[in-house]
Amino acid sequence: MHVVYPLVVSALLFSIGVYGVLARRNTILVLMSVELMLNAVNLNLVVFDVWLRDRLHSGQVLTLFVIVIAAAEVGLGLAIVLALYRNRQTIDLDRLRSLSEPTDPGATNPGPVDPGPDGSRPTAPGSADPAGAALPGEAGAHSPPRTRHPEQAPAEIRNLPRGHARAATRTRRSRSPAGSETDARPGDAS
Amino acid sequence: MTEAPSYLSPTGQEIVFLLLGAVAVGSALLTVTTRQLVHAALWLVVCFGALAGCYLVLTAEFVAWVQVLIYVGAIVVLLLFGIMLTRAPIGRSADLDSSNRPAAVIVAIATAAVLVTVVVDGFRMAYVPLEPGGGSAGELGAAIFRNWVLPFEVLSVLLLAALIGAIVLSRTDIRGRE
Repeated sequence: MHVVYPLVVSALLFSIGVYGVLARRNTILVLMSVELMLNAVNLNLVVFDVWLRDRLHSGQVLTLFVIVIAAAEVGLGLAIVLALYRNRQTIDLDRLRSLSEPTDPGATNPGPVDPGPDGSRPTAPGSADPAGAALPGEAGAHSPPRTRHPEQAPAEIRNLPRGHARAATRTRRSRSPAGSETDARPGDAS
Repeated sequence: MTEAPSYLSPTGQEIVFLLLGAVAVGSALLTVTTRQLVHAALWLVVCFGALAGCYLVLTAEFVAWVQVLIYVGAIVVLLLFGIMLTRAPIGRSADLDSSNRPAAVIVAIATAAVLVTVVVDGFRMAYVPLEPGGGSAGELGAAIFRNWVLPFEVLSVLLLAALIGAIVLSRTDIRGRE
């Protein structure tokens, strides 16, 4: 067999994985794209092992190791995604901007105006938002919204009500904030 | 290694491999472009199955079965559980692609172009006559337990650490010190 065929298949799979990592918004879909990239690497390893007739079989053994590491990675990644969903009610990568650099104040000031059509949510975010209640550190940042963190507070207010409104629009999800809140309460108390 | 036969007279192995590779690439494309989350996971199953077939054609039998067992059997099930537990919408959802999709298309096409041209240019003359038995369970087991024992054991420790980490992360009643 020509070695070029598997290598080209592997290169195409890798670029498809790159596209998925960059273009997808859902975190689980990004994890799937990472799996595609790992599989491209595995195919390369197997082909070079067969081509070079390695006495130690290092290519295929390394393929097995990569598969095991991918399993560990997916397990940990899904645990992180679930913790994220429990705290934020969303796993969309575009909306998880708590650690992003604060942009210039002229751009962040219209932030609280942005979710205005949702109702009066920005005026009392700390009391009603389940995400704010699940994170005690953020609840402290919410109750005095403007005084303590003048450049962080608009970003938080802008993020949370949108996720909350999105959870309320889906009928299947409408049960979720109350349920997760009651789940999180005993954990906070203990 | 040996002199390569012409590309115009493919052997049966090459034809089977190319068909499986086309299935793998096509289902991978559908995985990253479909509008339904559950369908993405199911297309991923097709892609991994086709890749296991590719490993079989390349005489790596043990890797093929491990691929079926772990990727198709475990990882996709884990991903489906993740989709279920995050209450993802069943059916078509419009917001699965982020706003930087054109940039992603450009980067992916550039990556594919660079990789394919380099690989084709570098390995045009490489040819491997396939002989069965090179990747059987006996051969691989002897290789692992003779030459790769230490990485194997380290990997088992890593799996244990990942397991404990996943448990700690997903339980809500374990808190750090206040």
